[in-house]
Amino acid sequence: MTMTEQPKIKLTNVHKSFGKKVVLDGIDLSVAKGESVVVIGGSGTGKSVMLKSILGLLTPETGSITVDGEEVIGMGSRDRSRIMRKFGMLFQGGALFDSLKVWENVAFGLIQGGQMERTQAYAIALEKLEQVGLAPSTAELWPSELSGGMQKRVSLARAIATKPEIIFFDEPTTGLDPIMADVINGLIVKCVKEVGATALSITHDMASARKISDRIAMLYKGRLIWVGPSKDIDHSGNEFVDQFIHGRADGPITMELRA
Amino acid sequence: MIELLATVGRVFIGFLAHVGRLAAFAGTAISHIFRPPFYLRLLLRSMIEIGYYSLPVVGLTAIFSGMVLALQSYTGFARFSAEGAVATVVVLSMTRELGPVLAGLMVAGRIGASMAAEIGTMRVTEQIDALVTLSTNPFKYLVSPRILAGTLMLPFLVVIADIIGVFGGYIVGVYKLGFNPASYIKATWEYLKLVDVVSGLTKAAVFGFLISLMGCYHGYYSKGGAQGVGAATTNSVVSAAILILVFNYVITTLYFGK
Ligand SMILES: Nc1ncnc2c1ncn2[C@@H]1O[C@H](COP(=O)(O)OP(=O)(O)O)[C@@H](O)[C@H]1O
Ligand SMILES: [Mg+2]
Repeated sequence: MTMTEQPKIKLTNVHKSFGKKVVLDGIDLSVAKGESVVVIGGSGTGKSVMLKSILGLLTPETGSITVDGEEVIGMGSRDRSRIMRKFGMLFQGGALFDSLKVWENVAFGLIQGGQMERTQAYAIALEKLEQVGLAPSTAELWPSELSGGMQKRVSLARAIATKPEIIFFDEPTTGLDPIMADVINGLIVKCVKEVGATALSITHDMASARKISDRIAMLYKGRLIWVGPSKDIDHSGNEFVDQFIHGRADGPITMELRA
Repeated sequence: MIELLATVGRVFIGFLAHVGRLAAFAGTAISHIFRPPFYLRLLLRSMIEIGYYSLPVVGLTAIFSGMVLALQSYTGFARFSAEGAVATVVVLSMTRELGPVLAGLMVAGRIGASMAAEIGTMRVTEQIDALVTLSTNPFKYLVSPRILAGTLMLPFLVVIADIIGVFGGYIVGVYKLGFNPASYIKATWEYLKLVDVVSGLTKAAVFGFLISLMGCYHGYYSKGGAQGVGAATTNSVVSAAILILVFNYVITTLYFGK
């Protein structure tokens, strides 16, 4: 990667509040093509808000967000949907459509977004399910019939089905047992590599962060207080980061108990 | 005093914001009905859900209403020796008022609630956000088919309700009150005008629109987990019921008021 190469995603001084509550207070972050960046931070620090701002599901008050050099804040709906086709997103709770079968979930972006024939989309859905380690027999099940780990896999299959250039993962391992979490981490690394995608993930699971990232950034009080290569995370020299990765109750980070 | 005024002002502004948001919501939903892509499969599914599966409750409501109308008007009119008007009263009350209003209220409880619960659950579990990231407009996919289906299917249900209600009146009239079957049917047709049916069907279409609009609107803006979805469900039914009664009066005035 050269310094002159255009970043895939770039956030500059992004602010987002809900009423009086400031959630993002000047975020600067840039993600290069093919890179995997993980943002860590406690619950409720605004990690999901940051992703949703990039996706255009929330609109920041000030600042700039560019994708491939194009400003996306305030973009018209036609341009927005063009940008949206570059994205794949794995939601925190899976967000599978419970009125659709597993294969229809996986093929959704192909059929609705890409206007593909159902039979062709079905074949691709089976292929993607196999890629995340699910048997073809799961295709005809309903999401409610799956375990949490299987739902995450289906969501992952759905997120990669349209071969997106940029994939977002919102707490991909939260709520899973450690072994299943590791399986999902492995799948993420494999899938991102396979499609050559750029990845931006958020998590508070350090094992996951270490496994899937090239770089780690830590979000605290609306700002990214540390950004660096994943291998440096253990000697960041930042006491906030140290406290977080070791999960200590004592330290500079105080849990805000008011919402 | 100032504080009181400030509070009143805040509530009023909050109300206006709500109305504005609802109007924008309705406008967007309607505009997407006419712009491709169209989701015919979803429209069909909603139409079956609203039209076909509401038939039992609407039918039951209608038949008992028709029966009780015949009975009540008979005992009432007997005092003026005007028993002959029973058939006319039944058919006019059913087509003009009871058919649309009762069907509307029953469907509001059944369909409005389920729309709010379904869309609300999709909101709080991020399924609506997922739709957007998969390049699908949630208005087109979720809201417009339901609103169109509601507007189309309520008139259908009301035609059925009218027929069943009149039939209920006939049963009581003939088998309980001793009317001659042929003259009861003749009296039913005699004073029935096209406008009676048309005004009832206009009401039905408007009520169907309002029911699905309330269901979708409250579901779409629900927040805060299961509790929020519960509140959205309640609000959709209550607001639809009130709007039905208000618009029933307004449409009656437009057709028959002077
Ligand atoms: N749509 C919203 N409206 C109001 N407040 C919100 C909204 N979305 C998130 N928040 C608030 O923003 C804060 C950060 O939320 P979030 O980004 O979901 O946290 P996390 O880092 O756990 O993903 C929370 O306090 C939450 O209450
Ligand atoms: Mg989150």
